[in-house]
Amino acid sequence: MLGTLVLLSLALITASFREESGGPLHDAQAAVAGVLQPLEVAVERVARPFRDAYGWTKDLFNARSENERLKAENEQLQQQVIQNESALQENVHLKALLDYRSSPAFPVDYKGVSAEVIARPSGSFDQTIVVSAGSDDGVVAEAPVVTSDGLIGTVTSVTGGAARVRLLTDEQSAVSALDLRTSAAGIVRHGPSGDSLVLDRVSKKEVVQVGDEIITAGWRSGPLASLYPKGIKIGDVTFVGRLNTDLYQQVQVVSGVDFSGLDSVFVLVSKRRAPELP
Amino acid sequence: MNPSVNDNLAVAVFVFVAALLQVTLVASIDIAGGAADVLLLSLVAIALVRGPVAGAVAGFFGGLLVDVITLDTLGVAALLYALAGYWTGRYGETTGRDRAHAPLLAVGVVTIAIACSGLGLHFLLGEDVSARRALFDALLPGLAFNLLLGGPVWALSRRLLRRPTVSDRVTEVQLLG
Repeated sequence: MLGTLVLLSLALITASFREESGGPLHDAQAAVAGVLQPLEVAVERVARPFRDAYGWTKDLFNARSENERLKAENEQLQQQVIQNESALQENVHLKALLDYRSSPAFPVDYKGVSAEVIARPSGSFDQTIVVSAGSDDGVVAEAPVVTSDGLIGTVTSVTGGAARVRLLTDEQSAVSALDLRTSAAGIVRHGPSGDSLVLDRVSKKEVVQVGDEIITAGWRSGPLASLYPKGIKIGDVTFVGRLNTDLYQQVQVVSGVDFSGLDSVFVLVSKRRAPELP
Repeated sequence: MNPSVNDNLAVAVFVFVAALLQVTLVASIDIAGGAADVLLLSLVAIALVRGPVAGAVAGFFGGLLVDVITLDTLGVAALLYALAGYWTGRYGETTGRDRAHAPLLAVGVVTIAIACSGLGLHFLLGEDVSARRALFDALLPGLAFNLLLGGPVWALSRRLLRRPTVSDRVTEVQLLG
């Protein structure tokens, strides 16, 4: 019996497989399928509510899992957007630095070592940052640090791959400066609050006005020279006061640098050998 | 009507309904990539209750019905189900006789055997079949569902297809003489 059925099956397979679609076997198959179609439809209609219920349940689970998947994807995309914005801002900063390095305002006889800000002090005791350039890159102590917006500060200590920079807003910072318009000389120190600066020791004879640009003086006296090259922008004058009781004018300066949002800076390394002290 | 005709008719109706349910309903209930095969479960039950010949014949006609309804190449499912029905019947008569695990074991073996031989047969016919889907993605959940439904279908089939014994037919004892 089994042999007969197997042979019959093989014969059917062969005939059905080799026959054209309009052959008698296919016609018979179509005819029987047509006869059975009402039954199939009836069973399908009876089963439809159950299938719909199953489909609804399945879709519900799929919707929940898809919802979770989409939430995870959304979080991932948000992180990516943040990373992209961060990269864009970094790109803008770096481009500004490059433009600054190739501009005439960049100090002559200095090369700029590009560095990223890698750490900030956790306390508010001193205004310093740590940058990712050190003695391996030619950075030395007392080297000036700048951005395209102006002077940042000076390097206070150096390791092979990093340097600590004292910001201009630190209490210990002091920079000899000039009013670009009148050449009135003074010393820029930290101001009374926040990131404000003060141009101190400006004689009352000098005429300093609000809006004047303050730059580094870059003096040289014999073998000694200022730590800062001449002409680096420090900030703009925002207030000038003259009191009879004071020896000097009160000149407030605001730097164009956002000291709390520094990302990348240039450490200026002199191309000439440092002068030896006598 | 002759009792044996009644029995065969019951088997035929059973196979017909199982095949119809399989192609119209059960095959579309896809869970985790696989679906149960109630026709195969019915054939296993028929073969274990009625023997290898009944299993082979039921498998042949059940498979043929599936081929017809699904407009597939005629004879493919018929051959596979006929062989499955025959093997199950022989197993039930020999090794699996009176063993409680025989139905589930037969369901497991036949499910895997049909998946493998079906893949080979379709390959011989030059049809594009994914071996990964047939032997892994669909087989494992299908096997799980068949084993899950194997018990209930076996219990129902044995109840419907069991031949009445003499003791079932005699309702009272008539004393002669």
